[in-house]
Amino acid sequence: MIRLILMRLAAVLPVMLVVATFVFLLLRLSPGDPALVIAGEQASAEQIAQIRRDLGLDRTLPAQYLAWLSHMVQGDFGVSALSGQPVLALIADRVEPTLVLALVTIIVTVVVAVPLGAVAAWHHGGWRDRIVMTLAVIGFSVPSFVIGYTLILVFALRADLLPVQGYVSPFDDPLASLHHLVLPAATLSIVFMALISRVTRASTLEILGEDFIRTARAKGGPEKRILWRHALPNAAVPVVTVIGLGIASLISGVVVTESVFNIPGLGRLTMDAILGRDYSVVQGLILVFSLTYVLINLAIDIVYLIVDPRIRY
Amino acid sequence: MTYSRLAGLALATALAATPLAAQDTQEKVLRMVPNASLRLLDPLTTTAYITRNHGYMVYDTLFGYDEDYRPQPQMVQDWTVSDDGLSYHFTLRDGLVFHDGAPVTAADAVASVRRWMDRDLTGGKIAEVLDRIEAEDDKSFAITLKQPFGPLIDSLAKPSSVVPFVMPRRIIEEAGEGNIDEVVGSGPYRFVAEEFRPGVSAVYEKHEGYVPRDEPPSYFAGGKRVLVDRVEWLTFPDDQTTANALAKGEIDLIETISSDTLGMLEGAPGVKYDLRASANVPTLRINWLQEPFDDPRMRQAVAAMISQDEFMAATVGDPDTYEVCGSLYGCASPLATDVNALGTQPPDVEKAKALMEEAGYDGEKVVILDASDVLSFRGLAPITAQYLRQAGMNVEVQSMDFSTFLSQRSKQVPVSEGGWSIAFGVWSAPDLMSPLANLNLDTRGTEGYAGWGSDEELARLKDEFATATTPEAQKDLAAQIQARANELVFYVPLGTYRTYTAYRDNVTSPLPSPVPVFWGIDKN
Repeated sequence: MIRLILMRLAAVLPVMLVVATFVFLLLRLSPGDPALVIAGEQASAEQIAQIRRDLGLDRTLPAQYLAWLSHMVQGDFGVSALSGQPVLALIADRVEPTLVLALVTIIVTVVVAVPLGAVAAWHHGGWRDRIVMTLAVIGFSVPSFVIGYTLILVFALRADLLPVQGYVSPFDDPLASLHHLVLPAATLSIVFMALISRVTRASTLEILGEDFIRTARAKGGPEKRILWRHALPNAAVPVVTVIGLGIASLISGVVVTESVFNIPGLGRLTMDAILGRDYSVVQGLILVFSLTYVLINLAIDIVYLIVDPRIRY
Repeated sequence: MTYSRLAGLALATALAATPLAAQDTQEKVLRMVPNASLRLLDPLTTTAYITRNHGYMVYDTLFGYDEDYRPQPQMVQDWTVSDDGLSYHFTLRDGLVFHDGAPVTAADAVASVRRWMDRDLTGGKIAEVLDRIEAEDDKSFAITLKQPFGPLIDSLAKPSSVVPFVMPRRIIEEAGEGNIDEVVGSGPYRFVAEEFRPGVSAVYEKHEGYVPRDEPPSYFAGGKRVLVDRVEWLTFPDDQTTANALAKGEIDLIETISSDTLGMLEGAPGVKYDLRASANVPTLRINWLQEPFDDPRMRQAVAAMISQDEFMAATVGDPDTYEVCGSLYGCASPLATDVNALGTQPPDVEKAKALMEEAGYDGEKVVILDASDVLSFRGLAPITAQYLRQAGMNVEVQSMDFSTFLSQRSKQVPVSEGGWSIAFGVWSAPDLMSPLANLNLDTRGTEGYAGWGSDEELARLKDEFATATTPEAQKDLAAQIQARANELVFYVPLGTYRTYTAYRDNVTSPLPSPVPVFWGIDKN
């Protein structure tokens, strides 16, 4: 396992370099200019030219790339063109809301969706299965902003039970933090529950048809034990994969939910940076997201080894 | 200890701990949502309105416009001008102090005006005729000109983008040609740098050392009395969420809300709203450099198809919030005129067709840039396209996000090489109110503002305007400038509209002002 971890970590550097180069070129070659955004709509040509010089955008593309790469090697992600703040400080400021929201969402999702999927598979074709699958289709089909606004309307505006928006750090006030997280976490969970319950059901159904399950039944094992002890762990590999990818996408792409609930997370930072052509921030974020994906994939592989000892790398 | 003493002690303890006792010392915090996200803090390096608004929180100005758009002394106590209009002497009022505790001196004012002259269009015009500007002592400074500059005081009161805010000389010198990093002003609020989160929130606290003027507040003039302890600017990315937060009482005020969004708040208990004093003017700019609009008759054909009334009805809708205005300077400007007005008549297809035929239009492609992600730009491009097609032009609308729009609009190349023909801007009315400050009347051609209009006659009239010393002469020249600019079609105003501000009923009505200001506003 240690060899696997070391090999994967060694592969991080070339992956990051390729991603960084690709993103650098993509941003520079796409239309838009941070100097124009900074200067504002009414700026004169001289003002824009001065800002371009200040940002180093008047240099050639290779010169800009080399300068950026040399800073990156030293761990310097640069400074935001739009705010003048260090990119790492901006990202660090937004990591906590995103991580907390992702963590709560994934816990709620796994606790609810995996048992639901298993129960649906066990009662394949029955009313429980139909209810779970109907809910899954609804969760899949309804856009997250519709779910979010509906929950706000019902629980925040009508019932007056929860706040409409905002984020409170659990380190400042755990109760208030939970209070603010209920609706956004529920919104995201509904979508992910649909996905994970369907994958769990499909995977469990496949396992339930295996010979060893028939053998367990033939030996007279209790039904509950067969489901929870024999079937579900063997169905875990695809479920773990989906949960892992779910965590990665929660960290890198929940812009809509963050906007609907006004959560200052990485999704909003990414969107603002892209719209403002804030090159250094976009580049920094993409690198962080790439690293997240690589590490989560590594974690998934390690979990595979634990849940299925037959797997060898 | 007897029972009664115990009870008395308990009562005293309970009283000391009651919320009522706490309320006496509770901070008054105004939580509001501005119209954009604050990121850049130096109001002299960007024309972004949100940074200008931030400037009015933390900095003060030598002069400020009152509600009649007349400049009034603000940091200045008194001032004189020589009979020949060449020598100005200013004395600062007593008690001015920066947020770091240092007194405001004439040297700070001089450094600030110099920096502003380097960065502002009007300031640059003053610099051209400047002989010297120098501090005479701690409280007095003088400006000496080589030739009269009529609107000098008006320019020092300039209320919109790139305002001549007064900053500490030491910070200006440390910044050199670059941006100011340290936000220290002498305005009514102090910027709390350690709580600044770009794109999320900005925090201001009452500047305890601020001494307001005695006069009642009037736009940017008069006493800037701060009645709350702290103002928090919170960025909300979504209009619906903002409206919900106000309805629920999680925020106190929304700076700008369109009549469409206001509908979400109708009937919400505890919510009030006012029409803002600030007017917005969408404008149509034409690229003078490329075919077919390098011919003024083609630009006139476009102008003939523009009806402000049609644009406002389609894009704003609520007739209570918009007006048709024939003045290039806005109808609230003291220079307002309707000479040779554009856009005040219904679309005239016959006139447009005649002009196009005269110009020899042969179906050249007309590219209209559409920043479709900007609410205030919405509808402008498709409506223009529709009218120009009616006149027989070969029109293509290119939709894009605002950053791409800015990038595309800066290209001077022909349409066939990715250039453009028509683009839009939306201006705060004070930006247009003077021929010198109005960037749409820029005559510097390829060196100037996008559209790149140039005309020696207009440039001469603007120079004459700068030297005119009486309001009557200035108004007369402003009318001549408008007549010439509209003959050549420098730009076409598409109407004037106002938006609302919405707030909780425990907040007093914000003071009317073209820029949102947070003095004179209280929260109970």
